[in-house]
Amino acid sequence: MAANLPEQVGKEAILVKGWWRANKWLLLRRFSQLSILLLFLSGPLLGEGYWIAKGNLTSSLTFEILPLTDPYILLQSFFAGHEIISQAFIGAVIVTVFYFLVGGRVFCSWVCPVNIVTDTADGLRRKFKIKGGARFSSDLRYWILVMTLVLAVVTGSIAWEFINPVSILHRSIIFGFGYAGFVILAIFIFDLLLSRQGWCGHLCPVGAFYSLLGRYSFIRVSAKERDNCDDCMDCFMVCPEKQVIKPALKGADKGIGPVIMDKNCTNCGRCIDVCAKDVFKFSNRFNNDTLLNVSKKKEVAP
Amino acid sequence: MFEHQLSRRRFIVETARAASGVALLGVGLGLYTKESKSLPVYALRPPGVKNEDDFLAACIRCGLCVRDCPYDILKLSKLAEPVALGTPYFEARKIPCEMCEDIPCVKACPTGALNKDLTNIDDARMGLAVIVDQETCLNYQGLRCDVCHRVCPLLNEAITLEPRHNQRSGKHTLFIPVVHSDKCTGCGKCERACVLEEAAIKILPLDLAKGELGRHYRLGWEEKEKAGKSLVTPDTEHKYNLPEGLKYEHEGKGLLKDSR
Repeated sequence: MAANLPEQVGKEAILVKGWWRANKWLLLRRFSQLSILLLFLSGPLLGEGYWIAKGNLTSSLTFEILPLTDPYILLQSFFAGHEIISQAFIGAVIVTVFYFLVGGRVFCSWVCPVNIVTDTADGLRRKFKIKGGARFSSDLRYWILVMTLVLAVVTGSIAWEFINPVSILHRSIIFGFGYAGFVILAIFIFDLLLSRQGWCGHLCPVGAFYSLLGRYSFIRVSAKERDNCDDCMDCFMVCPEKQVIKPALKGADKGIGPVIMDKNCTNCGRCIDVCAKDVFKFSNRFNNDTLLNVSKKKEVAP
Repeated sequence: MFEHQLSRRRFIVETARAASGVALLGVGLGLYTKESKSLPVYALRPPGVKNEDDFLAACIRCGLCVRDCPYDILKLSKLAEPVALGTPYFEARKIPCEMCEDIPCVKACPTGALNKDLTNIDDARMGLAVIVDQETCLNYQGLRCDVCHRVCPLLNEAITLEPRHNQRSGKHTLFIPVVHSDKCTGCGKCERACVLEEAAIKILPLDLAKGELGRHYRLGWEEKEKAGKSLVTPDTEHKYNLPEGLKYEHEGKGLLKDSR
């Protein structure tokens, strides 16, 4: 079967699996992103001073007891010359352990509000058949990550926070918008017209940091039924990090297991949604036995 | 061989491209950061901030201090405001610090950007009150406004009223408000309460508000008190070489004929 047209992505899955199942993980992610925002707004929403979560994504306190701190910003603070105290450190350890297990870039697709903006841009690119634009290495983000840490040392302050769109958007929603809309509009236009997944997939050092955090994470997407793949290309079309799919999906002949091991897979599950053949499912990194598939293939082949 | 060279060439070019692009971004952001380090004088930091440089290394802009401030005094800086983006501040003239005894903002701060060593709010130094305009301050005109003095949480300690002769009327007293830097916390209540259209007393950053003696400088009377005696050899009494029959009276009478 030939590849589907970009604007047709996911249509087949809806026909085969129904709308809900073909959008299950997307809906769950949006629910997760929005409810996390709502938790931080619980004070005014629930009335007089009752906060479920206080603060924002850089540091928060949930139910007055659970401290969470972004390890990346704490690292920058350390590089800027500030001594880390236990309150922030405990919060950062909890966050680190969590993402170490579930996948670092789960932050990107399940928590970060910028993801909603860039996903929308990507969807509109497909719908309006906007192609091309600037292309640069997706490793650029690691250079930027290093740059932010160097800048912290050189300037003696958390320099990246002066322009970080991730915290700008999240903080703005919670503490008041100001001119933050322009930054978000810039990211949107950049992703829509200048570069596909340009921000999240190529530049964002926050995502880069979390990808390293989840390098060996437990929960992974697996192309378990990769033998059923009919090359419709829908998964490639929707994946925010295209390069992560191929080794797992097409690597059977090379002895590569079906689990997507790339650190930049965001565990967004959109490939699971759009696949009409149910090739993908959530699994874990140890469920990566190639032999199973090879023997299965042998049974079918002759 | 040729292909190998080509790929190596490509690798070097791509790496150089990424590095230079990112370096360019870094230089721009670095300069912007340096520029953003200056805090406008009207913006005051919450209690427990020693200096702006250290604060910008420590504050992760989470807003937990804002949430725990019972009087909603603190706010986080938004884009295009002249305060470092996302950091907490307040403006004394709009709404001053209430100086809570349990200092909830300091307790809430997860990183210690608001220093945990601050346990007595009277030790806070958010700035220093300064009478910036003697020409409009009512007390300087001889009126009994006294509002800054009366609203001060450290009444008669941080601001005292010092009597001085009123030269205009010739018979009244001016009650001059004097701020004492060893007590003033910079809470801003005086600036908020000043009855003028534009406050004559303002909270300024400490380094702007305070002078500093040269480190070698010693005040004689202080040294004398410390040592318990004068540190310089006493002057020998002046001797006059007067014509016979004259003497000099030091108590004010001057030159006198010797009545002998």
